[in-house]
Amino acid sequence: MSKHRKPREAKEQKSLWARFSSWVEGDEPLYEKSRPLRKDRDTLSSSGERETDLSRYLLVYHILAVFICLSVTAVLLVTVHSLPLFGSPDNPASNEVVERYVESGLQETGAVNIVAGMILDYRAFDTFGESSVLFLAVSSVMILLMRDKNNIDLEEDTLTARELLMERKEKDIILRKVSFIVIPCILLFGIYVVLNGHLSPGGGFSGGAIMGSALILYSVSFGMMEVNRFFSLKTFRAITTCALMVYAASKAYSFFTGANGLHTGIPLGTPGAILSSGLIFVLDICVGMVVTCTMYGFYALFAKGEI
Amino acid sequence: MSVVLECMLLLFLIVCAISATFNKRLLVTVIIYTSYSLGTTLIWALLQSPDLAITEAAVGAGITGILFFLTLKKIHELRGTSDE
Repeated sequence: MSKHRKPREAKEQKSLWARFSSWVEGDEPLYEKSRPLRKDRDTLSSSGERETDLSRYLLVYHILAVFICLSVTAVLLVTVHSLPLFGSPDNPASNEVVERYVESGLQETGAVNIVAGMILDYRAFDTFGESSVLFLAVSSVMILLMRDKNNIDLEEDTLTARELLMERKEKDIILRKVSFIVIPCILLFGIYVVLNGHLSPGGGFSGGAIMGSALILYSVSFGMMEVNRFFSLKTFRAITTCALMVYAASKAYSFFTGANGLHTGIPLGTPGAILSSGLIFVLDICVGMVVTCTMYGFYALFAKGEI
Repeated sequence: MSVVLECMLLLFLIVCAISATFNKRLLVTVIIYTSYSLGTTLIWALLQSPDLAITEAAVGAGITGILFFLTLKKIHELRGTSDE
């Protein structure tokens, strides 16, 4: 017993910070699971008893799963039945807020597409939060999956080298030719959707997702090295942080003063023109940049572990 | 006409959801999930919310599927299926 206890005491003597940092590096677990000793476990339960226990639990589990599914379905069906009709004028959702948006949205925001006016002017703070959530998500994926000097071993290194060689050797001619024609169209459509966010359906998020998928297709058909020629980790970092900073800076005044329909001094322009509706145009571009980078970043990190 | 189309799309969604849960192969499940997103896209377009339709088509049918496929490839679930 005393022999067993000694190393643990030695571990206890390491400072809390050192243990935490070694846990972050992945060298040792933060705490040790305390399992009963083997001889105690054997007397605790014989294996046959445990198996019957397990099968009984499995049966109960199945019955409970079906029961919960059916009851949730019943509750949802009853709720749907008592919902008000879709699009009827005396819905609880059509209150004075919606009235304000529909009636004076065009004058106050200058955006023909009321949805863009709502999410990027009245509720710009929410959209800022959403973009930040995307940024944080790609950062955490980077923490988990990014390959760097500390988490690469030799075996994995040779494996990636071989994959790279295969990638260069195999030339899927149909995929390459088709994507050679299609990718510019997708990119152009994405840019159109972003720039016309205040005029037609779409906006920063959807346009950014379209451009991101174009980048992903490019990377799939021509290889990651080709994308790295114009889109490396450096550009990724610069574009995402700059876009978020520009968003935050251009709306900061409105955020700190309560977002209460203040005059920014930026002319709204004539509704319907491409350069109109003040800040919405800029914010759309910022959101589009962030979403494009995030989507491509997710793909690159999942596929290769590097951008 | 549009009521018939809506009913068909909703039935399609229900069939997709059920078959996705009861399928044994993860690859097929992801494909069915992607087609579910496509059905949702059409329903958004019918309900006159094109903004949501574009986003759903790009994110739900495109990028989520790609991420699922990549994850399946990482955990070697694409090759070790029962057919091979």
